[in-house]
Amino acid sequence: MPSAFILVPFFLLIILNLPFKFLKGESAFWLFAALLLAQLFLSALCPLDTPGARPDPLAPFFAFGLSIDSLSRLLLFSIAIVVFTSLSVSRYSIKGQTQRFNFINLVLIMLIGMNATVIVTDLFSLYLFIEVTAVASFILISIEKEKFAIEGAFKYLFLSAIATVFMLSSIALFLLLSGNTSFAAIAGTFKNSADNFLLKLATGLFLCALFIKSGIFPFHGWLPDAHSSCPTPVSVLLSGIAVKACGIYVLVRLAISVFILSIDAKNVLMFIGACSIVFGALACLTQSNFKRLLAYSTISQLGYIVLALGCFTPLALTGALFHLFNHAVFKSLLFVNAGAVEKQAGTIDMDKMGGLAKQMPFTATTSAIASLSAAGLPPLSGFWSKLIIILALWNSGRIFYAGVALLSSVLTLAYLLSLQRKVFFGRLEDSLKYIREAPLVIVFPEVLLAIITVAAGLGFAFMLRWF
Amino acid sequence: MTVRLIRSIVGLALTSVALSALMYRLGSPLAAVFELSVCAGLMSVIFITTVSFTARVSKERLSVRRRERFMKFWYLPFLVIASGLLLSRYLRIPQFKIPAPSGAQDVRNVLWNLRHVDLFGQIVMLLAGAFGVVVLFKEPKE
Amino acid sequence: MSPELAQLFRYFIIFIILLSITGIYCILATFNLIRALIGLEILIKAVTLLIILAGYISGRSALAQSIVITLIVVEIVFMAVACGVVLWAFRHNRTIDPRKLSNLKG
Repeated sequence: MPSAFILVPFFLLIILNLPFKFLKGESAFWLFAALLLAQLFLSALCPLDTPGARPDPLAPFFAFGLSIDSLSRLLLFSIAIVVFTSLSVSRYSIKGQTQRFNFINLVLIMLIGMNATVIVTDLFSLYLFIEVTAVASFILISIEKEKFAIEGAFKYLFLSAIATVFMLSSIALFLLLSGNTSFAAIAGTFKNSADNFLLKLATGLFLCALFIKSGIFPFHGWLPDAHSSCPTPVSVLLSGIAVKACGIYVLVRLAISVFILSIDAKNVLMFIGACSIVFGALACLTQSNFKRLLAYSTISQLGYIVLALGCFTPLALTGALFHLFNHAVFKSLLFVNAGAVEKQAGTIDMDKMGGLAKQMPFTATTSAIASLSAAGLPPLSGFWSKLIIILALWNSGRIFYAGVALLSSVLTLAYLLSLQRKVFFGRLEDSLKYIREAPLVIVFPEVLLAIITVAAGLGFAFMLRWF
Repeated sequence: MTVRLIRSIVGLALTSVALSALMYRLGSPLAAVFELSVCAGLMSVIFITTVSFTARVSKERLSVRRRERFMKFWYLPFLVIASGLLLSRYLRIPQFKIPAPSGAQDVRNVLWNLRHVDLFGQIVMLLAGAFGVVVLFKEPKE
Repeated sequence: MSPELAQLFRYFIIFIILLSITGIYCILATFNLIRALIGLEILIKAVTLLIILAGYISGRSALAQSIVITLIVVEIVFMAVACGVVLWAFRHNRTIDPRKLSNLKG
């Protein structure tokens, strides 16, 4: 059953590339959309990997060694939602039959990479699929071959290669110490000899690599450039899920199941998380480019997740994962709004915009909902996840960090409200009087994501039990 | 400029050859052959293709760059030799337990029977590379 | 770990560290994007050697070799995509100087 998540997209990829004319057009889009809906339902309903479960029907043929537990299920669900959003935005943003076909194929490859990242149980295979996702995302960022996009792609490429070098040296050290790179063997090594210098070095190297990949504070250099200069569907994909499935999910998985982090490592995680939150929030206040502001906001929100992870109590981990899901939803929604505004108004500079609320009612409403969820206002979902994180920090005695989280929540509210005011409310510029609402393909995912945000907020107890 | 760049690329290929010899010495013949054929060959082809599409720098700026580089990094050869000497004297590898070796396994056995996920990943990676080349290496329509 | 194995390990580690320093120097001291990619390549080769060394010492040379074979495939695809991006950067900016690559600010 778990191999279906990576084999079915692979077969779709092969089918789409067979030399039949009719496959290159609209049918590719609808097939992919159907696949994503299937993944959505399958990930929510498939049985977990308990010892008495039915074995994988493909076990005699492929010894894949995959397993899905509740963490992977949450991620698979979020991946399906965000990729579906990105797909429907791409109908609007990317013009040209061949461009769209290339886009669909590359997003399929990225889907295979991300699905496989969340369900493998071997450290080297994890690295391999992180690299597959990264290469697909470099090509996607430069798909329109604009000047800024190429520069953002190069910076991302370079830092991702540095992360590769760190990750591989760490894998080599783990191979030396445990004889096998699977999660079980490495966890066993940690239990047996916990204070070996080489083990600590390997852990440290791998964590540095993951910080680079997630865009957390000291290593965030590529994130604003790469996320703000690429076409809108790619921004949604990158900021909504790729940075999370490759970076944050791996951190959570390794911290929970594989590595045994010492107290120092957890303190370092909390400190770096707190620095990211503050840095991201402060950098947002001076931005005038809509998408760049959203990229810095991503750094800030991911800092919350890393902060909660460093705290490591069960309540904190619940808060971190719930915030991961919420961020996937509201950040994608904000990027879709940014794309709609950019396409309709022709500019991405916020100082030139104003008063678009009358012309684009759906976009304005959904953007307001997403901003309030990001800032943490009840009863939207963002409120609950931030509350859980702050409560967990308070309970475990880290009063200072709880205070930092609370204050930067206020900062988040400040910059998002100023964003809303600049773009949607305020005086209407003369040059923008004639723009109309974005077409249905953008409005539909906007409304859908807004509904998910509100529903997750209202029914969050249900969600906690489900996952 | 292009001549120096091609010298760097040939240097990279020679490093691959040296690395391949070292890997053979360390008991990994299959990996050594792979490294030799792919890295020393294919990668040089890719780099030289890219160099042939990009331009060269004029000669008078070259000597300026050389001087800048020399000024910035004059200490580096001494640093390298000194660190090599110091490390060979004082580097102490801490004692660690090597895991008991499993039964002598052939690479082919391990690769084809035990690590199917890696093979799948390689296939997907090659497809991604094919799409990358199709998307990125097309001539711009004038 | 037997003494001659420890000795071998030390010399190989020193070689790997020197190779990494060469790679880092290559990235920092160049005014040419393609040479920066070559420096990155040298770093990845140093790590490849580290993996093979780890496999040799722990006796698992089969696993290390499969890892290295997969890694070489990944490296080639990565370099091909990187060269494509550099090519387009050249076409837009008419130069392959990394210091000129600062259009995005703020």
